[in-house]
Amino acid sequence: MDDDYILEMRGITKEFPGVKALHDVTLRVRRGEVHAICGENGAGKSTLMKVLSGVHPAGSYTGDIVYEGQVCTFHSIRDSERRGIVIIHQELALSPYLSIAENLFLGNERARAGIIDWRATTSAAQELLTRVGLDEDPDTRIADIGIGKQQLVEIAKALSKEVRLLILDEPTAALNDDDSDNLLQLIRQLKAQGITCIMISHKLSEIEKIADTTTIIRDGLTIESLDMHGDGDHSQDHIIRCMVGRSLESRFPERTPNIGEEVLRVEDWTVYHPIDTNRAIVKNASLTIHQGEIVGLAGLMGAGRTELAMSLFGRAYGIKITGHVFKDGQEIQVRNVEEAMSHGIAYATEDRKKYGLNLIQTVKENITSAGLRQLARMGVIETEAETGVAEGYRKELDIKTPTIEVPASKLSGGNQQKVVIAKWIYTNPDVLILDEPTRGIDVGAKYEIYTIMNRLADAGKGVLMISSELPELLGVCDRIYTLSEGRITGCQSRDEATPESLMYLMTLETLKH
Amino acid sequence: MDAIKDLFSKNIRQYGIMLALVVIVIVFATITNGKLVQPNNVAALIGQNAYVLILALGMLLVIVAGHIDLSVGSVVAFIGAIIGYQMSIWHVPWGLAVLTGLGVGICVGIWQGFWVAVVKIPAFVVTLAGMLLFRGLDQVIAARTMGSLPQGFNNISNGFIPRFLGSIPNPFAGWLIPSGSVFSRELDGVTVAIGAFAVLGLGFQSWRSRRSQIEHGLVVSPLYLSVLRWVLLSVAILAVTFVLSMNTPGATPILRGTPILLILLGVLILVYSFVATRTVFGRHVFAVGGNRNAALLSGVNTRVTDFLIFVNMGFLTAVAAIVTTSRAGNASAQAGTGYELDAIASCFIGGTAVTGGIGRVSGAMVGALIMGVLNMGLSIARVNANWQMAIKGLVLLIAVTLDLVSKRRSAVG
Repeated sequence: MDDDYILEMRGITKEFPGVKALHDVTLRVRRGEVHAICGENGAGKSTLMKVLSGVHPAGSYTGDIVYEGQVCTFHSIRDSERRGIVIIHQELALSPYLSIAENLFLGNERARAGIIDWRATTSAAQELLTRVGLDEDPDTRIADIGIGKQQLVEIAKALSKEVRLLILDEPTAALNDDDSDNLLQLIRQLKAQGITCIMISHKLSEIEKIADTTTIIRDGLTIESLDMHGDGDHSQDHIIRCMVGRSLESRFPERTPNIGEEVLRVEDWTVYHPIDTNRAIVKNASLTIHQGEIVGLAGLMGAGRTELAMSLFGRAYGIKITGHVFKDGQEIQVRNVEEAMSHGIAYATEDRKKYGLNLIQTVKENITSAGLRQLARMGVIETEAETGVAEGYRKELDIKTPTIEVPASKLSGGNQQKVVIAKWIYTNPDVLILDEPTRGIDVGAKYEIYTIMNRLADAGKGVLMISSELPELLGVCDRIYTLSEGRITGCQSRDEATPESLMYLMTLETLKH
Repeated sequence: MDAIKDLFSKNIRQYGIMLALVVIVIVFATITNGKLVQPNNVAALIGQNAYVLILALGMLLVIVAGHIDLSVGSVVAFIGAIIGYQMSIWHVPWGLAVLTGLGVGICVGIWQGFWVAVVKIPAFVVTLAGMLLFRGLDQVIAARTMGSLPQGFNNISNGFIPRFLGSIPNPFAGWLIPSGSVFSRELDGVTVAIGAFAVLGLGFQSWRSRRSQIEHGLVVSPLYLSVLRWVLLSVAILAVTFVLSMNTPGATPILRGTPILLILLGVLILVYSFVATRTVFGRHVFAVGGNRNAALLSGVNTRVTDFLIFVNMGFLTAVAAIVTTSRAGNASAQAGTGYELDAIASCFIGGTAVTGGIGRVSGAMVGALIMGVLNMGLSIARVNANWQMAIKGLVLLIAVTLDLVSKRRSAVG
């Protein structure tokens, strides 16, 4: 390989008050390659990209950014974008009620004297959409297209800015497998067009497929830069070892299941979309969960997994809900969240920031938020007992936080997830539904979450785990249901299930049409 | 030294606003040649601003939950008219009229709470409608101003606690303060006892919370800092006590004692601090304001929470109406004009987040006092009322700007 570097970041050190986020980090990106950056959450990947894109302006860090052979001092995102460096964040920055075309040229409108030239806008938008392979009318509202397509719109927007170095932060985290494959294919095409790509990712299989070079960052240090086509060890195991700084014997903790009586049974559960009221999102779904059992729920994006779970959890989603729920053999009503909780059902959401946590309240207040009534006498909170409860969970689940009095927003994703789980454990549920409990959190924290799940099952609780990662379901669950377009298409035990068999069931309905 | 800096930077918003109050008091005391801090004016300050403090207590919960209430000024007038009518036209005993007023306040709260919590109409719209509705009803009832209210009723805002502890000699008179100054009078025993009780209570409270933190292994600030905080606050309380204990009717040197209103305010502030920080309801208000979806999915009954917030606001609006009518000695159609804005401004000056989820009772109270000191200081300095309004507007803007800038700075760190 030639050594034509489009970007060299040399000896970058960035300090926040009290924390050294980056310590002498070096990153070299060759022209026209796909360069993956991986590391645990909090390792410093995002900070590094913020330094590169000018979010942390020149002067707030030490070290040099050499881009296209020149030392650059970016003071804002605008500065770096002018040089063709575009960053696409994990949380997409699109305006939901504007059209695709309007979003594409937001801040960069095709206009003359302040008046938008709609013809030029639409035709330029059409051209960009063709380039990213998105077959949608440019006048469609962003809110009306799926997240996979929104991701493509973001990339099209980057192309409109004549991007030469594209930075993607966890681009596939929220995508299903099909959309992910599409996106990876698009990245390959962009590479062929000479666009260099830096991709932050947790998904090692994806990195293996697409990256030319992989740089691993841990604790603000560059650990290793691997040539993915070279002879050195660039296996997933090796990358994981570099990321966590230890060899993971197994990615899943051992457990001997001890399965008891049926604890929850759902029959003929049907749920309709709250706005598009004629569309059934969940169709005649039936499932059972036993004490001490970890049950998986697999399905592609849009299959209705979250909708099924949330509708069971006190009709927090959907309308015209029909069907029966049995708890310990008795039929129960779950008309609202309080009722569901009173029957010992708990649901930890997939979207921690939006539905799971109050980020501006403290860790303590979040942990006790669902089970607060246990701590109150006549409506008055026993503050000392509350502190005791929160401290207890901090120790038990090893939640890494300076104190339990800091706002939940200050914690890393994995620790936030532990706070959400602690909150639900404190309600002492019999059935705990965990929706994507390991999404966006690092390998080490995932292992800890699995361990907590095992502990809950060993304590006789039924656990329902929704996940997009098949290896995770296969590694943790005793039984796995598959959901496709709102229908339960199968249920396989851990022994009979394989990634292929599950994928077949997850796409069953789709194939029939 | 570092510890002090650290403590200060962590609590900059909390102490910053108190510091601002102290600075404003000093500035106006200087401009007015000390008139602002004279005993009679301090007593008047409490009387004039009681309604803001009371309304801000309810408004704090409303804003923290992510709502707003634009109707409180009109409701104050409406309830004032109802109790005035009862006493002035029907000659209903004043105690009964007060109870009816509180009942009507709760009904108004139920009405607005119904639209906000059950029908889910944005509070801005519901209370904008309420602002017009209740002002209209008020003008129907109070077609003419209703005066000659019973003395007992007027005493709520204008009366003083009986001076059953007699007087105490002024310890500073003669050597630090020249005799003949308004600050060299004797001190009212009851007022001094209340001030001493407040200082001791504060000390006990800090000691207890510190002990509990240590027991739970939490990081506590160094002991001297806790003591320093207590000493500073005690000095402030004792200074106010000292001045207030010398208040007299007009220029006569006969002491009057502690205003009854001060006791009412003290009780309300303590109760609402407790509600906000120690009760399930208070916690739910903050949870709903911080993240409504997460609260809903944690089993918080957001509908009941929203409803109770407005019922509570209705109740406190009635209290403010009683206090206002009692102070004025009559009920008029124009009462309460602009009160909603005073209450909202107090909350924002006191660091309540515009987006909800953050706010403190102490902050809102200090915010209300800043507004009150400005009002009185500018009046004593004979600043035209129109300019007063303009200045208050700028102060609100500056206060919220400083708050947001400090928040942004701490977010970077």
